Amino acid sequence: MTPRTAPLESHLRDRRDAGRKLLVPYVTGGMGPDWIEAVHAVADAGADAVEIGIPFSDPMIDGPTIQEASLRALQRGTTPTSVLDALARSDLAVPLCVMTYYNIVFRAGLRRFARSLADAGVAGAIIPDLPLEECGEWCVEADAAGIATVLLVAPSTPPARAGAICERSRGFVYGVGVMGVTGERAALAATASDVAKMVRTVTDRPVCIGIGVSTPDQAAQACVEADGVVVGSAIVRRLLDGHGPEGAGEFVASLRAGIDDATA
Amino acid sequence: MSSLMGEPSATGRFGEFGGRFVPESLMPACLELEVAFRAAWADPAFHAEFTAILRDYGGRPTPVTECRRLSERLGVRVLLKREDLAHTGSHKLNNVIGQTLLARRMGKGRLIAETGAGQHGVAAATAAALFGMNCVVYMGEVDTERQELNVFRMELLGAEVRPVRGGSRTLKDAVNEALRDWVANVADTHYCLGSVMGPHPYPWMVRELQRVVGDEARQQCRALLDGQDPDWVVACIGGGSNAAGTFAGFVDTGAVLVGVEAAGGAAVGRGVPGVVHGMMSYVLQDEVGQIAEAHSISAGLDYPGIGPEHAHLSSIGRTRYEQAGDDEVLAAFRLLSETEGIIPALEPAHALAWLAREAGRSVPAGATVLVTLSGRGDKDVAQVRELLR
Ligand SMILES: Cc1ncc(COP(=O)(O)O)c(C=O)c1O
Repeated sequence: MTPRTAPLESHLRDRRDAGRKLLVPYVTGGMGPDWIEAVHAVADAGADAVEIGIPFSDPMIDGPTIQEASLRALQRGTTPTSVLDALARSDLAVPLCVMTYYNIVFRAGLRRFARSLADAGVAGAIIPDLPLEECGEWCVEADAAGIATVLLVAPSTPPARAGAICERSRGFVYGVGVMGVTGERAALAATASDVAKMVRTVTDRPVCIGIGVSTPDQAAQACVEADGVVVGSAIVRRLLDGHGPEGAGEFVASLRAGIDDATA
Repeated sequence: MSSLMGEPSATGRFGEFGGRFVPESLMPACLELEVAFRAAWADPAFHAEFTAILRDYGGRPTPVTECRRLSERLGVRVLLKREDLAHTGSHKLNNVIGQTLLARRMGKGRLIAETGAGQHGVAAATAAALFGMNCVVYMGEVDTERQELNVFRMELLGAEVRPVRGGSRTLKDAVNEALRDWVANVADTHYCLGSVMGPHPYPWMVRELQRVVGDEARQQCRALLDGQDPDWVVACIGGGSNAAGTFAGFVDTGAVLVGVEAAGGAAVGRGVPGVVHGMMSYVLQDEVGQIAEAHSISAGLDYPGIGPEHAHLSSIGRTRYEQAGDDEVLAAFRLLSETEGIIPALEPAHALAWLAREAGRSVPAGATVLVTLSGRGDKDVAQVRELLR
């Protein structure tokens, strides 16, 4: 099996167990004419998986940067199908995970959506407004289609609840680094390592910290406790500001170097 | 209590609708709020304080007024439940006093709220002033412009009004922004949601806090109607809180219950099941699930969703949902002003517009109809003057 179609979790576990920290860059699908080139650029700059946003009109857990990217994508006529078609045509060396909101999934139909992800070669799904209590029906369809549903643990999650979430999560566990919406922060919140530690005590699944990880230093710092990081707004802002796929790739390479230098 | 309009399921479902579709960061807060509300609602001391504040500060009970000239004009007997006479000029105060007491019980000193017409924002700012709390109100930029007076009113009351520039810049976007604030500040902040929407326990909790409208009205109607209930009970629907509070008092009577949506924001009339703002309900959306923008002259009804319990009541056929368009709403706004000397808010003018259209048609001549007049029209007078020019 190529890494692209390998189950997300075994791919990430293998890399982690080989001593590598995981880097998962995020790009909003359809945000500009060259978004798919940006996905290639970040994938080739040292990513272990790539997260692709399917834009939604009401992105309530996203801050201004990803809101703007979502808006631009929708104004360009981006649809779930146009994003997935582009992914299906692309040949990427790392697994892909989509991030979207539940209404997009629900409207398509759970089974149909899960299959459309699998058909596009997507390995996982992050649906932030689908918490543990509500995810059962989706998980049945996702599991059947071979899609890993990545669940989130937050700084506000009590340990017992974190245990139940980690048990149901597939692929990796998304540790929310800070209480708040996506967006760059001046410093890594103390909660980032607290969440990573809490997740570690309840599971051996890989845990990646996302939300509020915005620089190579912060990524390295988060990786002290966590297995890896998800970086979104810092990349998307560069794309919004016109740095292009090349700029995004360079930034991701700097994240990779920052993480690797610290762990070397 | 009848099982209709009782408690939702353990996960907050009314039939297939409701639930808690929120990010994990907010789940513990939703669970905590449910526990706190359950405890408070079972506590006679909480009820005593809630009732006393609504009476001594809020002016409850509000009367039911028999509309003689309007009844003559329409050929049906019209009774109005006068929420326009409650302090701050609408039913919104009931919910806000209840939630503020709850916030205090939970040790949260900061209130945030979303607002469309500004009535819920004004009520939240009022309660924050009364209890000495900080208050931030999110309001779409379109609404801060068309409801300028309410913005100033909130500021006078000591609240900070934050205009929301994202999306359609109306109520739906104000809810998104309030949720974003809540995620970041949940430890010391209570999100005082203004209608029977959002994640569990809000739809249930807000309906319970508003049921005073229906419970009072039922008693008052019986006194007026020799022990009988009205044949029809009508209320306007934005998120659906004045309607839910009203219906709660009549759901186990024989009355026909009618919720009137703005034609441009008719979630039951034109929406399909979907998930937004933490709930599964009927939602205006496109074929791939992007939420549509509602359009109405009434800022309070300019919302693409509806509370999940209404979606459920509609799906089982207990309530009817109808629509009223902007022009007939303006006509009804004038009609009530001229026939009864009561200037209604544009929101309940939708309920009146539907009745004015249907009296003698689907509502038979001679029927007795209770309409919840959810608020007074002062806030809308400037806008209506522009529209009528
Ligand atoms: C007077 C009045 N009535 C009704 C509404 C709509 O809300 P709901 O449907 O929750 O009663 C509003 C909302 O702003 C309002 O100000």
